[in-house]
Amino acid sequence: MSAMLPSTPLARRALLAAPLALFGIGGASAYILLQRMERGTYDPHALSSMLVGKKLPAFDLPGQPPSPGFTNLDVTKGGRLGLVNFFASWCVPCLQEAPQLQRLAAMGVPLWGIAYKDKTAATAQFLAANGNPYRAVARDASGMTAINFGLYGVPETYLVDPGGIVRWRWAGGISADVMGDTLLPLLKRYG
Amino acid sequence: MMRRLALAVLLAGALGAGTAFAYSDPSEVLPNPAEEARAEAIGRQLRCLVCQNESIEQSDAGLARDLRAIIRRKVAKGESDKVIIGWMVARYGNFIRLDPPFDAMTFALWGAPFIALGIGAGVVVLARRRGPTPAPAPLDPDEQARLSRLLEP
Repeated sequence: MSAMLPSTPLARRALLAAPLALFGIGGASAYILLQRMERGTYDPHALSSMLVGKKLPAFDLPGQPPSPGFTNLDVTKGGRLGLVNFFASWCVPCLQEAPQLQRLAAMGVPLWGIAYKDKTAATAQFLAANGNPYRAVARDASGMTAINFGLYGVPETYLVDPGGIVRWRWAGGISADVMGDTLLPLLKRYG
Repeated sequence: MMRRLALAVLLAGALGAGTAFAYSDPSEVLPNPAEEARAEAIGRQLRCLVCQNESIEQSDAGLARDLRAIIRRKVAKGESDKVIIGWMVARYGNFIRLDPPFDAMTFALWGAPFIALGIGAGVVVLARRRGPTPAPAPLDPDEQARLSRLLEP
């Protein structure tokens, strides 16, 4: 293998520096990745949504009493953007994102809640205990609407622009960081 | 005898575990065995989005159960494998396929072995082109004398 060794000192130095540079880049990337995971702005298991850039799938769901039900067209009725939030009373990250949803509601952002495979009484109790930030709450008892959204867990939040096109999907609870870093700028952009 | 029986049961269990299907409900299974076999074959090609390393046929996650039921409804309606898998991909993307197709996103995945082979071939060609290492120059008399001294017992 001695035939493969570089002959000039410069080439030798480059060969020594290459792995070091590679380690450096790898280390820096891993650091950034871990930082983002800790802040909750990056989830390695998150999947990209097929819905981004497309219209909401058609649905017409019954309401969670006393709320009336709603359809996909109601979400952006009157040319306003809307947030569709799938949640369930049995879901822990749903509890964790409740303060952020309350904040959005206080800002006047229309939130459309869909209770995913949940019992009516349990949903009612959840909303009573954690506050109801939603303009309307519908029930997806079969989970079929969720599958048409490409949902793979609760909570999931979809930002729909005034034209009815989905611009952003967040799988998992919306943390204060996700809200500040991502959602608020998006609301400003599409609102 | 009892021990042998126990061993047989254990072995059968261990063997069965590899191909276990996560039916939590026997009514999930289609009455027509040919249709059921087709549904299982489709389900084995699809990833459970919740656990991500199991097929929806193996997983007991609620979503996998729902997707299994959808596959069976579609199989019973006579939809082709391609249409059913296409329906899933439209909602969940190619990630749901355990056997991803060759496209712009996956060319590196499928091409990696060939790229590695190409790099290896390049190294071999380069090494060949340099030719064999020249034989070291013969020792001069001084060196020869030192060597003899060193080799003396």
